[in-house]
Amino acid sequence: MDSLALGADLEPEPVVDEHSTVTLHVNGDPTTLTVDHRTTVLETLRESFELTGAKKGCDHGQCGACTVLVDGRRVNSCLLLAVAQDGATITTVEGLADGESLHPVQRAFVERDALQCGFCTPGQICSAVGMLREAADGHPSHVTGPDTAAGPAGPVALDADEIRERMSGNLCRCGAYPRIVEAIEDVIE
Amino acid sequence: MKPFGYVRPASTDEAVRLCAEGAGARFLGGGTNLVDLMKLGVETPRVLVDVSGLPLDRVTRTADGGLGIGATVRNSDLAAHPEVTERYPVLSQALLAGASGQLRNSATTGGNLLQRTRCRYFQDVSKPCNKRLPGSGCPARAGTHRDLAILGHSPECVATNPSDMAVALAALDATVVLLGPEGERAVPLTEFHRLPGENPDQDTVIRPGELITEVVLPPPAPGAASRYRKARDRASFAFALVSVAATLRVAAGRVEHVTLAFGGVAHRPWRARRAEAELRDAPATPAAFQHALIAELAEARPLRDNAFKVDLARRLALDVLGELTERQPTRTG
Repeated sequence: MDSLALGADLEPEPVVDEHSTVTLHVNGDPTTLTVDHRTTVLETLRESFELTGAKKGCDHGQCGACTVLVDGRRVNSCLLLAVAQDGATITTVEGLADGESLHPVQRAFVERDALQCGFCTPGQICSAVGMLREAADGHPSHVTGPDTAAGPAGPVALDADEIRERMSGNLCRCGAYPRIVEAIEDVIE
Repeated sequence: MKPFGYVRPASTDEAVRLCAEGAGARFLGGGTNLVDLMKLGVETPRVLVDVSGLPLDRVTRTADGGLGIGATVRNSDLAAHPEVTERYPVLSQALLAGASGQLRNSATTGGNLLQRTRCRYFQDVSKPCNKRLPGSGCPARAGTHRDLAILGHSPECVATNPSDMAVALAALDATVVLLGPEGERAVPLTEFHRLPGENPDQDTVIRPGELITEVVLPPPAPGAASRYRKARDRASFAFALVSVAATLRVAAGRVEHVTLAFGGVAHRPWRARRAEAELRDAPATPAAFQHALIAELAEARPLRDNAFKVDLARRLALDVLGELTERQPTRTG
């Protein structure tokens, strides 16, 4: 156990446990578990929840394969410490479908065959779901015209350029990008 | 990653106290840079003080018509905030030019200002680096430095500050509010980040235990247009080779108000004071812009492989100033 020697004689040492107990609401169900502080949300999902949809690609927030929705927002789960997400609502690709009925983004990816190896697909799909919500909420992007961005907030119309820009945090080394863009366009229509 | 403690303070005062209590404490915001650096072994905190739940997540108008931006406001929320898109478009554009949608959803205002350089030698613990390990040397000077500094660097360090947001904040005359064991103080953003000098391990003037609580913007310059442009190796999700943030007001063909800042060229956002001084009351013409930019960049000292940045900075700023001249808002009354 580390000790915070500096100042130890002045004030009581802060608790420096290396584990904490957290409650995560994953795909609807609350689960309380004890995590090593070093554990990321990605590792917790894959190892404690056995939800292996989210993938460990680069493990540095650069590839997007680990993308999940936390409190409705798309994030890189490889950069989130599980201990810091106590109480959070997490939706993984496994939690998108409504029973046997696939989420519209999942259905579009299947219909467009928007993948080759499929490793990046769960991250692409979760990212697309979060991205569509952001655009519906009127969030501008880098390619939204400066004058448009300064206009009244309303849903942003997504053309292929907007989709490519907003999905740039998800890499596909097979290069399935054209079909991924088409699949997302299908959902918008 | 080495084991570490984790605490979630209930107030900013408690956060500052917890951080001051022991060496090796780090504030945790979104974690998009800190957690990454912990994985790389660059950062080895003994305890994380998680400030992301503190009530610092508000964007509010200040009494004088400026804007107060809480330290834990997420980059994506700030970029989409109506006060920002309508009154400080250069800030929204800078935020949206940075990182990815996922990262912007996690990254905080305070964390963005404290992110470390992406110099590859800094991030690789098997290499010397004066910023990571003072006195160990700087392999970048003779090594890979195409994306590193052309202005204000030192023999010890040629790293660049990677933030887009900070470049816009520099052009907007923002102030950083810090809370520390000895109380609160405010530092102009242009003085918050340091030039490397002989102490490149210190990115900023922040003192041990100090917490960024807020960034404050003055009211926007009346009638001025603003713009952020970024040149990079790919169209999206890449750090700047060079970026430019500018605000400009032209009246009767002359420059009445101008601020200009460069990103990707130095250890801190580079406020182009010399060019601004040359431009004030000068004709708003490409020739005058060119003259001022050449004067500013005369002090550039490019490295072996990044001389292209000098020209890129000049041309990008020339484009931005030209665009802002054409986009002057129609003035009424």
